[in-house]
Amino acid sequence: MTDITAAGIPPAETQKKSLLTLDDRTRRRNAAEMRFRMMGKIGVLIGILALVGLLTSILSNGLSSFQQTFITLDIHLDPARLDKSGNRNPEEIAKVTTFGYAPLIEKALSEAMTAKGILGNGVTVKAAAELISKEAPADLRNYVIADPQSIGQTVSFKLLAAGRIDGYYKGRVTMESAKLDRNISPEQLLLADKLKSAGLLTTKFNWSFFTAPDASDTRPEAAGLGVAIIGSLYMMLIVLVLSLPIGVAASIYLEEFAPQNKFTDLIEVNIANLAAVPSVVFGILGLAIFINFAGMPQSAPVVGGLVLTLMTLPTIIIATRAAFKSVPPSIRDAALGVGASKMQAIFHHVLPLAMPGVLTGTIIGLARALGETAPLLLIGMVAFVREYPAGPPDGFFDPASALPVQVYNWTQRGDPAFIERASGAIIVLLIFLITMNMVAIILRSRFERRW
Amino acid sequence: MSVGILIPVLLVLAALGFVLGKRQALALSDSQKTKLHSLPGYYGQTVALFTAVPALFLLGAWLILQPMAIESRIGGMIPDSVIPEGGARSLVMSDVRRIAGGLDAVLALGGMGEDELVRIGENLSTVRSRLAEVGVALVGDVPPVVFEAARAYRQDVKTGNMAMSVVVLVLAVALGLWAYRRIQPDMRARNVTESFVKSLLIAASMVAVLTTLGIVGSLVFETISFFKIYPASEFFFSTVWNPQFRGGSELGILPLLWGTLYVSLIALLVAVPIGLMIAIYLAEYASKTVRSLAKPAIEMLAGIPTIVYGLFALITVGPFLRDWLAQPLGLGTSSSSVLTAGLVMGIMIIPFVSSLSDDIINAVPQALRDGSYGLGATQSETIKQVVLPAALPGIVGAVLLAASRAIGETMIVVLGAGAAAKLDLNPFEAMTTVTVKIVSQLTGDTEFASPETLVAFALGLTLFVFTLGLNVLALYIVRKYREQYE
Repeated sequence: MTDITAAGIPPAETQKKSLLTLDDRTRRRNAAEMRFRMMGKIGVLIGILALVGLLTSILSNGLSSFQQTFITLDIHLDPARLDKSGNRNPEEIAKVTTFGYAPLIEKALSEAMTAKGILGNGVTVKAAAELISKEAPADLRNYVIADPQSIGQTVSFKLLAAGRIDGYYKGRVTMESAKLDRNISPEQLLLADKLKSAGLLTTKFNWSFFTAPDASDTRPEAAGLGVAIIGSLYMMLIVLVLSLPIGVAASIYLEEFAPQNKFTDLIEVNIANLAAVPSVVFGILGLAIFINFAGMPQSAPVVGGLVLTLMTLPTIIIATRAAFKSVPPSIRDAALGVGASKMQAIFHHVLPLAMPGVLTGTIIGLARALGETAPLLLIGMVAFVREYPAGPPDGFFDPASALPVQVYNWTQRGDPAFIERASGAIIVLLIFLITMNMVAIILRSRFERRW
Repeated sequence: MSVGILIPVLLVLAALGFVLGKRQALALSDSQKTKLHSLPGYYGQTVALFTAVPALFLLGAWLILQPMAIESRIGGMIPDSVIPEGGARSLVMSDVRRIAGGLDAVLALGGMGEDELVRIGENLSTVRSRLAEVGVALVGDVPPVVFEAARAYRQDVKTGNMAMSVVVLVLAVALGLWAYRRIQPDMRARNVTESFVKSLLIAASMVAVLTTLGIVGSLVFETISFFKIYPASEFFFSTVWNPQFRGGSELGILPLLWGTLYVSLIALLVAVPIGLMIAIYLAEYASKTVRSLAKPAIEMLAGIPTIVYGLFALITVGPFLRDWLAQPLGLGTSSSSVLTAGLVMGIMIIPFVSSLSDDIINAVPQALRDGSYGLGATQSETIKQVVLPAALPGIVGAVLLAASRAIGETMIVVLGAGAAAKLDLNPFEAMTTVTVKIVSQLTGDTEFASPETLVAFALGLTLFVFTLGLNVLALYIVRKYREQYE
């Protein structure tokens, strides 16, 4: 070797150049390296930008739904109109329809406008009354029916403004678009501005968005998430009550007891495949088995809960099994060594230690179930539901909506005000999801042990 | 007794059984001066388990079977003459159920007894007005037979619920007593409890198998009845999708499959390069801090519900593509398009590609990289020529899994891709997919005898087979070609 190097290679040209001066080829290779690294950065950037874009789009469209324009009026609940006999009998009061309440509102409006000096020179009470939502008389009626003693008093009400007026203050309706709109005219917008400067028309936080039920196509200002939130809550209760015990039991069996045989393989393959079945197929299952075969009611949270349970079970089982796997065998061995049965070792020692992981997995599974839409569409949860379901457990069988389905429902309506509502509903949904995931993360970091 | 009361009653009975069983075991061992085989609690547990569990199972089965039995009995009561022209028995049955519910409400309102119900049945206008009072509006003519059926339905539901409460409670008490009488100090109570619990565990893990059976069963069963009324060759090879709710529909799957594959292809074209680059960057280049921030952010994309993506496609991406690309180029005027849905779906499946590939790239042993560096390769050359080939089977698996996810995705295409079934190449055109049509054929009032409804099950089966096939293929590739490094 030595003599070859000594004698063989002549004092070559290669030695003339320093290693530190780059030749063309090295430069090319370094440039390729830079480009490749750049592409990676761009990829990450696109991913994060997509996330940011998605969230900004939803937030910018939806945040305004938490604000609502109201018209505040002192309304005299005239006994002559609402309770002619004067004995405050709830049944007789209920006989007065919303048409009986509309004149009261108009009267209060004209009084208020006269007091502020807005009325006159072309402004009529009729034009002003159209600024108030069609839902307002119904709200007033509900108030009176709930409290018949208020008849005869003068009560201050915050009435919903019509959807177009609400849109005007949120920038959705402009003078130009109002010219083309059958439901609103530029003059009415100017009138609304006058009411606003007079202090009658105000924009406040919209609590009824969280509590009110859905409203009809023409009254986006009254639409709320009340029924949807209750429906989602009921379904999550059912999913939690069913999937946690079943998931844990199945994981215990598969992780701790199952012998290595064909039967166990079958179960494992099944669980892995179920996790990959498209969600809409679970909807078909729910429709065919629970509704068509077992005769359960459509649009009911119980069916939705069952379908979502079947859908989230694989997720929960996979997460739970990982939690059981992470408990070291020495724990089991120690328990068995002091004479515990296998069942005792698992239920007294392994399960409590695995519980944080189990709960984390369950919460994440629940969060996924909460956002699921497609299967619920098939089991009829898109129905237009205005009545709140009864309290549990009977309410599980009443028709209800669900948060993501309500979003879908609103996107299918004509009025652009519903797009704002839908985005607002998504924000509510995302807040729920973020809270659940935060709880999961806290649980994990607080209680998870590293062995 | 309603289910809401029955279940707590059963639980109370079980708790009572536990206390009594435990006490009995202790008393027996005291009086016979023998030691118990198991801890006293186990004797209580045997009683509690035998009291509650079989009764609960019976309750569940009853709840499913009773409506079926009643439907078939009442359905038999309704003669064919009552069923309106072009209507279906199921619609009459839903009337029956509605009237029955209304009658319940009338009775609950008070002022009327059971026997009065029989009398007013003879006068239908009274029934109508009483039902209207409780908010059940009857549309059109209700034949007396239907009202009669509704009354029988109510009666059956009532007796059924009564019988259910009695039978369930009797079973609970009987089995509880049997378990209680069985208690002897030398009884192996722990073994009994443990095998009982073990069988429950096995039952729980069978739920997954039953779900699969339920899915396959319902899909196959309804698909067969679809092919009985609609020729299978038409379904698989016709290029026209045109459902008519008056009959004479053309239900060819090809335009839907084309739409599905086109959208998924665009989604993969977006997601695979971006996802792979993210995976490579995060696994090979990124510092610990960047990785710990970027990885959760990217994975958040996977946790966002698909309806959110759907809305994003509908209100942001769709109009943007229409105003800035499609209309200036003269390619289309629709805001819902294949490209819209594909782009948004691509964003959704980025994390599926990136996090799976990330794991796989991380699993490639460092020795391979070090060897490559030792030969003088740069980092990118090492990745391209050593790491990626080694990780390729896993990456292909990840892409296939992402493809299966894209094919089965529903909400994004429902809101973003449109509803027109077309065979077209223009990505700015609205097209539709298999999942969209499943939703549109099964939403609203469905009637289970028409091919327009049943076709959804055939579509569902196709979808199920496709996604399952892709998953199995992905797992097979990963298993078969995985390099074993040890």
